[in-house]
Amino acid sequence: MSDILVTEQSKPGADGSGRPSGRLLEVEDLRVEFRTRDGVAKVINGVTYHVDAGETLAVLGESGSGKSVTAQTIMGILDTPPGFVTGGQVRFHGKDMLAMSAEERRRIRGEGIAMVFQDALSALNPVFTVGFQIAEQFRVRRGLSRADAKKRAIEMLDQVKIPNAKGRFSNYPHQFSGGMRQRAMIAMSLALDPEVLIADEPTTALDVTVQAQIMDLLAEMQRERQMGLILITHDLGVVADVADRIAVMYAGRIVEEANVYDLYAKPAHPYTIGLIDSIPRMDEKGQQLRTIKGLPPNLMNIPPGCPFNPRCPMAQPVCREKVPPLLQVGVSRASACHFAEELVNRD
Amino acid sequence: MSDPSSASIVTTPPSTMPTEAGSGAPVDAGLPENARREKPRGLLGDAWRDLRRKPLFWISAAFILVFVVMAAFPWLFTGGDAVNGSLSNSQVKPSGDAWFGYDVQGRDVYARVIYGARASILVALVSTIGTLLIGGTIGMIAGYRGGWVDALLSRFADIFFGLPFVLGAIVILTTFNGADSNNNEWQIMGLVVMSLVVLSWPVVMRLMRSSVLATKEADYIVAARALGAGTGRIILKHLLPNCLAPLLVYGTILVGSFIGAEATLSFLGIGLKSPVVSWGIMISEAQNYIRISPFLLFFPAAFLVTAVLSFVMLGEAVREALDPKLR
Amino acid sequence: MGRYLLRRLLQLVPVFIGTTFLIYWLVWSVPGDPFAGKCGDRRCPDAYINFMTEKYQLDESIWVQYATYMKNLFQGDFGSTWNNREVADIIATAYPNTLKLALVALLIEAVIGLSAGVLTGLRRGGFLDNLVLVSTLFLIALPVFVVGFVLQWLLGVKWGIINPTVSNEMRLSELIVPGFVLGSASMAYVARVARTSIAENRRADYVRTAIAKGLPMRRVVGVHLLRNSLIPVVTLLGTDLGALMGGAIVTEGIFSINGIGRAVLRAIVTKESATVVSIVVVLVLVYLLMNLVVDLLYAALDPRIRYE
Repeated sequence: MSDILVTEQSKPGADGSGRPSGRLLEVEDLRVEFRTRDGVAKVINGVTYHVDAGETLAVLGESGSGKSVTAQTIMGILDTPPGFVTGGQVRFHGKDMLAMSAEERRRIRGEGIAMVFQDALSALNPVFTVGFQIAEQFRVRRGLSRADAKKRAIEMLDQVKIPNAKGRFSNYPHQFSGGMRQRAMIAMSLALDPEVLIADEPTTALDVTVQAQIMDLLAEMQRERQMGLILITHDLGVVADVADRIAVMYAGRIVEEANVYDLYAKPAHPYTIGLIDSIPRMDEKGQQLRTIKGLPPNLMNIPPGCPFNPRCPMAQPVCREKVPPLLQVGVSRASACHFAEELVNRD
Repeated sequence: MSDPSSASIVTTPPSTMPTEAGSGAPVDAGLPENARREKPRGLLGDAWRDLRRKPLFWISAAFILVFVVMAAFPWLFTGGDAVNGSLSNSQVKPSGDAWFGYDVQGRDVYARVIYGARASILVALVSTIGTLLIGGTIGMIAGYRGGWVDALLSRFADIFFGLPFVLGAIVILTTFNGADSNNNEWQIMGLVVMSLVVLSWPVVMRLMRSSVLATKEADYIVAARALGAGTGRIILKHLLPNCLAPLLVYGTILVGSFIGAEATLSFLGIGLKSPVVSWGIMISEAQNYIRISPFLLFFPAAFLVTAVLSFVMLGEAVREALDPKLR
Repeated sequence: MGRYLLRRLLQLVPVFIGTTFLIYWLVWSVPGDPFAGKCGDRRCPDAYINFMTEKYQLDESIWVQYATYMKNLFQGDFGSTWNNREVADIIATAYPNTLKLALVALLIEAVIGLSAGVLTGLRRGGFLDNLVLVSTLFLIALPVFVVGFVLQWLLGVKWGIINPTVSNEMRLSELIVPGFVLGSASMAYVARVARTSIAENRRADYVRTAIAKGLPMRRVVGVHLLRNSLIPVVTLLGTDLGALMGGAIVTEGIFSINGIGRAVLRAIVTKESATVVSIVVVLVLVYLLMNLVVDLLYAALDPRIRYE
């Protein structure tokens, strides 16, 4: 894949339909702000990424970097107020979803784009059985009869490898273990056979042993169905095995995007370098853990220039003056650092 | 907000060695403002900041102040006589002379309404304090001791909880304050207070008990106990301050409901009695003349409703300010 | 569930005994001479005194009296008034009227309170929301007798829309205003609880999930949001029915409804101790059982609650 990572923003067509790029789902120059009593927080400041059929994009970032808000904007479940989209496009099959009617957007949810949430216990409705919540989609969206919908729901539970699917159909969410609950959540999101699946920190709430199983399940489902998968996580370790490409977010921007191999081998942004360095390593036992100093910026008052400059060990005067755009460096990768070329070309 | 030029002075000198990311100088321009932003204000500080912006809070507080002054110094508001009247003025309609008119016995309704505040508010305040003290203490003991003490006290509270309020008050008051009893006005007031307290303490007890139960197992209490703090100290220093807020909110609302309850009992003819002046008595006396002189009902009812509403609104405003979920 | 039910029933026993004993003691024992003023202005007839003393064992201790009374009660003997009217008859005549009034009140508060609460919960901060907030505060703050009087005077006397008092036939149309008066405060509570509950749940993760599933908005709200938000409202309504069935002394008094509240008030005023105690015992029993029903209802509505 030769990715044309957006550099100088090519403005989409004024009719809102965008360029016919053939991409499955693309987010372009998305901007979202939260208007609160204490001020306006610029949560997303021009995010651009895309995902194609059969590919997995990992979106990596600390909490507050805007990765989940981007996903919520794509799904149309952003809490408004306080969240407001102030610019950009979200195109599905080339059509801008932000310009669609509420009804058009609703039809895409579930069938076109579906979502797996972080905490299945709160994301599933506590007073309905898991089976009801899956079957409901077949009944409402596909018009199936109660009995047929139940049959299909049990099939779905079976597919995500929930033992005794038939018996589990009539259990409530609180009667499931954490891992099983997340499987049920995945079954629910896959029920209408979506083209794109967004998984928002799908393993964060789980035990470490269960995390790997859920990641494997997601990867398997993605392969079988040739879906586009957007995997949102703050855990660099989780993504290595499953992701094709990684987009690193910081302060509401993509700071680096590359395929997995390139990103690990030669990160092209100081923030990514910091992230990779802060993974504890077996061969450095006994040494102090490395961390990135400081805190993410206050989104109500993002520092001028590169938002990472106060924490950046490489910061130069230019970093405090000019916002580095996300520019292509080398083949099929991009970085938003003034010194990206130097980082890539170092040995 | 932080000034970028001062930030640049303290920022680490640029380094091209990315491996040093973690070991550089720990100065961070973003830190001071983050630190300021997250400085804990505390629940009460937050609540007070929230309250100050609410017009409802100020309005109800102002009304309460007026009523309290009215109860303490009624002569500041009127020079009229609340107890004696002349029958020649019977049921004279409101006019410039007597703003609220005269009642059946020719007494000045305005003076009576002003003087009526005293009995109504006194009964409500004393009953509230009694209810909070008794209910709070028993609830604290039940919640803190747990076990059979809790079971016993909870069942005991259930006994009083099972009595419908008006019915219970009627039984108590007719027993001790029947038509043939000759209690003086202070004794009657005491009986009304007692019946209100006896029938209301279980609610406060349950409130206190559940908030003690919720706080008792909090880490800082367990820690205090592990450090050897005595029971008295734990209750006074740690439990009470944390359980007091919901109690005080309920207490404020309770003052309002007790003003209404006192009026209801007087209205039924089993509470305070003439010559004591209270809004409930006035309404009770007015009910037979409702067709001819509705103003006799209107003025005491308006004062009663305003007073009740002020206390309920104040409690409501404080509750909303204290409840972070509602922000 | 069965064991829970049994345990709760056993817990009710001491509460029932305690409450009824309290009432018995207050009515029979505290005033001293149990017959003072009990037969109107005259002294009670000797035959009656002898009969009652024997029947209620008034020469025995209060404990024996109470035990005897309870034994009779559970054999279906509710006692009789001094002029030989069966208390059971009084209850049987008055209770259906109270029940009718209570159900009308419950219906009114459920319909009006719920609609107001749901509408404002979904759309907070608007004109309607503020209107409902202020008017519910008023309804909560106003003592029932003030609401009753004002409505009776306005609708009945001044405008003549309704009959100021309810006739013995207890027609449904006559009960609407008394029902509204009786349920007014609870209606306000229902509206507020529903509003808070809806507003809290509206931002819940599972509502978000339901939207993300592509369900139509009316299903998200009508099925997912409502089903969760109604749990506290339904239990509130249940508790309230228990309280309403305890009789509405004030409302029944204002509108001259021959219900249990008025019957007990009349009995208290005329010092009919046997009647007072028997009615209160029945009311307490109803109230306690209703609370038990509410507990079970809660369990039925929220699958997360497990009783063992």
